[in-house]
Amino acid sequence: MSTPSLAERRAAVPHTSMFLRMLVRAAVMRRGRAASALLAMIVAAAVATAMMNLYVDVQAKLRKEFRSYGANIVVVGKDGTSLPADALQQMETALGGRGIAVPFAYVVARATNGQSVVVVGADFDRVQKLNRWWSVSAWPTGEGEALVGMRALPVVSPDGKPFDLSFQGHTIHLKPSGTLQTGAAEDSRVYLPMPEFLAWSGIQTTTIEIAANGSAEEINGIVGRLSEALPVADVRPVRQIVEGEARVLGKTRATLYAAAILIILTAALCVLATLTGWVFDRRKDFAIMKALGASESLISGFFAAEAASLGAVGAALGFIIGIGIAAWIGRANFNAPVVPRFSVFPVVLAGSVAVALLSAIVPMSLLRRVQPAIILKGE
Amino acid sequence: MFARLLYESFRRQKRRKLLAGVAITLGVAVATAMIAVATDIGDKINRELRSYGANLLVTPQEDTIDVEIGGVNLKPPSDGNFLSEADLPKIKGTFWRHNILGFSPMLPVNVTVGSSGRAQDATLVGTYFAKHLVFGKDEFTTGVRNTHPWWKVDGVWPADDSSEVLLGEHLSQKLQLRTGDTLSINGQSIHIAGVLSTGGAEDGQIVAPLPVAQRLLGKPDAVRRVYVSALTKPEDALARRDPKTMSGELWDRWYCSPYVQSIAYQLQEAIPHSHAEQIRQVAQNEGTVLSRIKGLMLLITLAALFASALAVSAAMATAIFERRREVGLMKALGAGNLAVAALFFAESTLLALMSGVTGFFAGSWLAHRIGRSIFDSQITIEPVLFPVIMAIAVVVTFAGSAAAIRRAVKFDPVFALRGDA
Repeated sequence: MSTPSLAERRAAVPHTSMFLRMLVRAAVMRRGRAASALLAMIVAAAVATAMMNLYVDVQAKLRKEFRSYGANIVVVGKDGTSLPADALQQMETALGGRGIAVPFAYVVARATNGQSVVVVGADFDRVQKLNRWWSVSAWPTGEGEALVGMRALPVVSPDGKPFDLSFQGHTIHLKPSGTLQTGAAEDSRVYLPMPEFLAWSGIQTTTIEIAANGSAEEINGIVGRLSEALPVADVRPVRQIVEGEARVLGKTRATLYAAAILIILTAALCVLATLTGWVFDRRKDFAIMKALGASESLISGFFAAEAASLGAVGAALGFIIGIGIAAWIGRANFNAPVVPRFSVFPVVLAGSVAVALLSAIVPMSLLRRVQPAIILKGE
Repeated sequence: MFARLLYESFRRQKRRKLLAGVAITLGVAVATAMIAVATDIGDKINRELRSYGANLLVTPQEDTIDVEIGGVNLKPPSDGNFLSEADLPKIKGTFWRHNILGFSPMLPVNVTVGSSGRAQDATLVGTYFAKHLVFGKDEFTTGVRNTHPWWKVDGVWPADDSSEVLLGEHLSQKLQLRTGDTLSINGQSIHIAGVLSTGGAEDGQIVAPLPVAQRLLGKPDAVRRVYVSALTKPEDALARRDPKTMSGELWDRWYCSPYVQSIAYQLQEAIPHSHAEQIRQVAQNEGTVLSRIKGLMLLITLAALFASALAVSAAMATAIFERRREVGLMKALGAGNLAVAALFFAESTLLALMSGVTGFFAGSWLAHRIGRSIFDSQITIEPVLFPVIMAIAVVVTFAGSAAAIRRAVKFDPVFALRGDA
């Protein structure tokens, strides 16, 4: 291009763009150094984003895992009475979709050989969701089928043949569909589908087991709401489950917190080291600007703007990558992606810009004390 | 000459070396702490998961079925078989005795409580609270305070050789009795040491020292079932196989792994005429929770390693980039690329080793602090971690320097000396 046309073009460009131009040219001309500084920024922002996202999301993910321990709230009729017929509906309304409620009804029946055995009416679809640790050989599917506990089997049906159970003069003929093994009280029981159980024994739901999602305080809140909704019932949290969960979750969170702080600190230090080197490297630009008559505040503004834009661009790119990392960790470890939390972005942005500014301020205050001539001489 | 160059480089550029050294130290410290925490977190969380209570249940081999609803026993108590209390300390003689954190025997007895006018039936359970036992040279304390950590007592825990009892919360409301009152059990007056709250069936029962229950039942030495709390390894394909179908070597591996199944098997061996079964609600779920938390920490440790590697590389690159003039001078004096690179690599290695040692100890201290403040226990640092960490430090420092050294070496000495970098 010819000189006059360049001069013409330059004259046409407003002077305010000089500042911007210097910013952009500085990045373009020293691509290598600018890129390495930006890379450090991006990595730091990505790691910080991923850690913050995980820290917030992991609790929800782990809570879901803990729900596989089963019910954390039990509802029973006061003084061993049955619950009202609409108890389950009331519980579900009060829960508002924040958990699963499973009805059970218990009676003691007599087997053909005269031995007593506990028979339970249950909703098998819900039980399968609630008690995933149950080891069942085959769930009952058709009418007249029952799930027989491992230890109850020799009593009611030693050779696996159909058997009779009687309760208050009513007899029911059942066929074992499969066996149930839990290692606890369930092994000594016989489970029937609720409608058949009701038709046979006439006993309504006596117990509702609820697996509710939430922290220990939220569970206590839910217990309060449930007992308000159903005053005739005794609602209590299963302390074994609630406290165990709170304990393990608390420790995991604390470890995660410590790890997040360490990692974010390392990343910030990395950025600090790289950016300080970058700014220090450009002491010649600084000296030339000063020699050409730029004011202190203009130069400070220039370097601050440079650092801030580097921080902002790094934070934006790093945030996207960080969300990706968090999602990958979620998928790899929990088989469910971590939901991106955009509320983390302002924090990451502010942190990145602050670290970038901090790394510009340190070399700047050093350079300010030095005469431009000395720097230009190369000493 | 080479050694002298190296020595002088460290002597004269103390500030610069210190800066790079601090970066490496920090990076290594974070890496050490994270690796130490991640390798130990499985064990720590496993112990925390024991707050869910026992994961194994030992019952008599020829056991009759339980007839109980909501913790109320509806079967005559003298029915069925019993285990012998004298056999219990043998639990601590099994192969995985160090994994067994505690056990509690239980002996339920149906009793009548209250004075003759307002008498009612209740279940009294005899157990250990914090019983001191001796097996061989081992001395240990075990009981429900250990295996059932969610049990809370308003009052005091009774001594295991006393004849004081704990009264379940609901039963105490029903009987209108409090801590310090006396309760009539089968006509005997017994002092209530405290009110027990468990959120489970025990809230409607009486919990007493084991000898009290044995005396009420008239069967000294009898125990109905034993809850065992053991540290186990999450179930894998081998654990799910039927041990009866295993060949010799495989069986040995199964036997010597702390699976809940193999511990159950060993408990059956230790206690005559017993049947041990995993409590699936507790045993099956801790594996998933544990593997999730371990996996999470592993991935986070990778992120930490990555971040610290980057910090070290960045510091090294900056340190070398600033020394282009030196490179130019050396090259102008006739040094070959190899000689220059060798000097820089030697410097990096030395720096990595020195800072690596400092970083390792700083990281160990950090891991100890984390263990102490979060888990109230030491995080053990395997000695094998030291060479691993040192190797990582050297490799990362090398890798971080490599690109910068290559660029520095490639630079034309004329430009470097003129300062046109």
